[in-house]
Amino acid sequence: MQLKKLTVAAALVAGAATAGEIAPGDVVFTEDGAIEISLSGAPGVAANAPEIMDKGAGNCIACHQITALSDIPFHGEVGPSLDGAGSRWTEAELRGLVANAKMTFEGSVMPSFFKVDGFNRPGDAYTGNAAQEPLEPLLTAQQIEDVVAFLLMQKDQ
Amino acid sequence: MTRRSGSKALTWMAVSAVAFSAPALADENASLVVNGEIEMVTETDAPAHLEGVLGDKIRSGWTFRARETQALQLDDFDNPGMIFVDQAAEQWDTVEGSEGKSCASCHDDVETAMAGVRATYPKWNDQAEEVRTLVMQINDCRENQMGAEPLKYTDGKMTAMEALISVQSRGMPVDVAIDGPAQSTWEQGKELYYTRFGQLDLSCANCHEDNFDNMIRADHLSQGQVNGFPVYRLKNTKLNNSHARFKGCIRDTRAETFSPGSDEFVALELYVASRGNGLSVEAPSVRN
Ligand code: HEC
Ligand code: HEC
Repeated sequence: MQLKKLTVAAALVAGAATAGEIAPGDVVFTEDGAIEISLSGAPGVAANAPEIMDKGAGNCIACHQITALSDIPFHGEVGPSLDGAGSRWTEAELRGLVANAKMTFEGSVMPSFFKVDGFNRPGDAYTGNAAQEPLEPLLTAQQIEDVVAFLLMQKDQ
Repeated sequence: MTRRSGSKALTWMAVSAVAFSAPALADENASLVVNGEIEMVTETDAPAHLEGVLGDKIRSGWTFRARETQALQLDDFDNPGMIFVDQAAEQWDTVEGSEGKSCASCHDDVETAMAGVRATYPKWNDQAEEVRTLVMQINDCRENQMGAEPLKYTDGKMTAMEALISVQSRGMPVDVAIDGPAQSTWEQGKELYYTRFGQLDLSCANCHEDNFDNMIRADHLSQGQVNGFPVYRLKNTKLNNSHARFKGCIRDTRAETFSPGSDEFVALELYVASRGNGLSVEAPSVRN
C-alpha cells in the first residue's frame, strides 16, 4: 500500500514555529512517506515516549500492542504490534509514519499526528464542539522525535 | 414488566462492579433468551444490501460484551433498563397537554398497539413526506394529538418512552425499509457512515466495519448495531438513545458532532438500523 506519487509539502500559511522547528505545513516527505530531518531540530528523548504513547496525546496503545510497555494495561489490536519496529523501519521512515502514516499507508486508519488541515468538521479536542482555528497538531515536533527515538530502540529479539 | 424488587436492583450493581474491574471476555457462543422465553437472534445472515462488507454474518452488540454485562440482559429483574420502561408505562397512561389526552387515549393498551412498531423504524411517513424516527413520531403525537410540548430529543422521558415501545417488539427481526421514498435518506446515511470525521480522521466504518472484534484500548469493538437501542449503560447509569451514541462516537474522533435529531443523524439511524436487518429488537439492552 505504499504511496506511489511524489508527495509535495504544500507550504500553506505556516504557523509560527520556534527556531529549528518545522511547521506541520512545511514538512517534506520522501516518495515513500519518510521524513529525513528532525522536526524539532533536536534529538528525541526516548524516555519521554511511554507517557505520550499511553494516555498522553499519542494514545498509540489504543491501537497497538508493544511489549516494552507491557506494564501499561489494555493494548489495542487495530494496528500491528510495534515490537521490532526499529528493525523494520529507518529513523526517517518512523518519523514519517508517526507524523502522517497516510503518506506510507494510503487510507490508513492511523491518525496523522503532525497535520493541521484538511479535516472534515474538526473539533475542539473531545468536546464535540467546533475547533478553534488554527488547529494544533496532535503531537508537537519534539513529541514526535521522542516517540521516534523510542520506536528505533525496539529491535527484533 | 413491573415485577421489580429493590433487592434485585442491588444485585446488578454488585455484578457491574465486577464487570468494571475485571472485564471477562465475551462468550460469543452464548445465546440470549430473555426471561427464559424470548429468543433473541444475536447473529444472522448479513442483509444483501451490505454486499459482504461485514462478512457473512451480522452480530448484535450483545455478543461482544463481557459475560457479566451479557448476563444482565437475561432477565428483566436484572436489567436496570427496565426501571425506565416501567416509568414510561406510567407515562403512557398519564394525561398531558391541552387536549386532555394520554398515549392510551388513542392507542389503548401499549402491548397490543405497539407490537412490531420498533422493528420498522426509522420509517417513511407519507403525510409528512419525511423519514421519521420513533422519537420524531412520539413528539408528533405529543404536539399534534395531545397538545403537549415536544420533549428534547434525548430527554430521559423520551428515551424511556422509546424503550417502552421497543420492548413490545422484543425478539422480532429488525426490518427497516431502505427503498422507495426512504431510499435517498438511506443513501445520505450511508455516505455519512463512510465519511471520515475529526482530527483523528475516522469514519464509522473504520471502527465498526474494518475493526469489529478488535480491541481499541479496553473496548471490544462491535459492529455498532442499533438493534439493542435504547441501551442502558453501566457507565452513565441511564438509558441512551442511538443518536446520543452517534454523537459520542463522532466526538471521540475529535470532531464537531451533529445534534441528536438532526437530519444527518436521522439518516444515519436509518442506515445503521438497516445494517442490522434480521437481528432481533433487543431493547433495552445493557452495555458498559
Ligand atoms: C486508530 C488507530 C491507530 C493509532 C491511534 C495509532 N496507530 Fe500506528 N498504525 C495503525 C495501523 C492500522 C497501522 C498499519 C498500517 C495500515 O495498514 O494502515 C499502523 C502502523 C504503524 C506503524 C508501522 C508498523 C509496522 O511496523 O509495520 C508504526 C511504527 C506506528 N503505527 C506507530 C504508531 C505510533 C507511535 C502511534 C501514536 C503516536 C500510533 N501508531 C497510533 C493504527 C493506529
Ligand atoms: C474511534 C472508534 C470509533 C468510531 C470512529 C465510531 N465508533 Fe461507535 N463505538 C466505538 C466503541 C469503542 C464503542 C463501544 C464498544 C462497541 O459497542 O463497539 C462503540 C459503540 C457504538 C454503538 C453501540 C453498539 C451497541 O451494541 O451498544 C453504536 C450504535 C455505534 N458505536 C455507532 C457508531 C457510528 C454510527 C459511528 C459513526 C458516526 C461510530 N460508531 C464511530 C468506537 C467508535
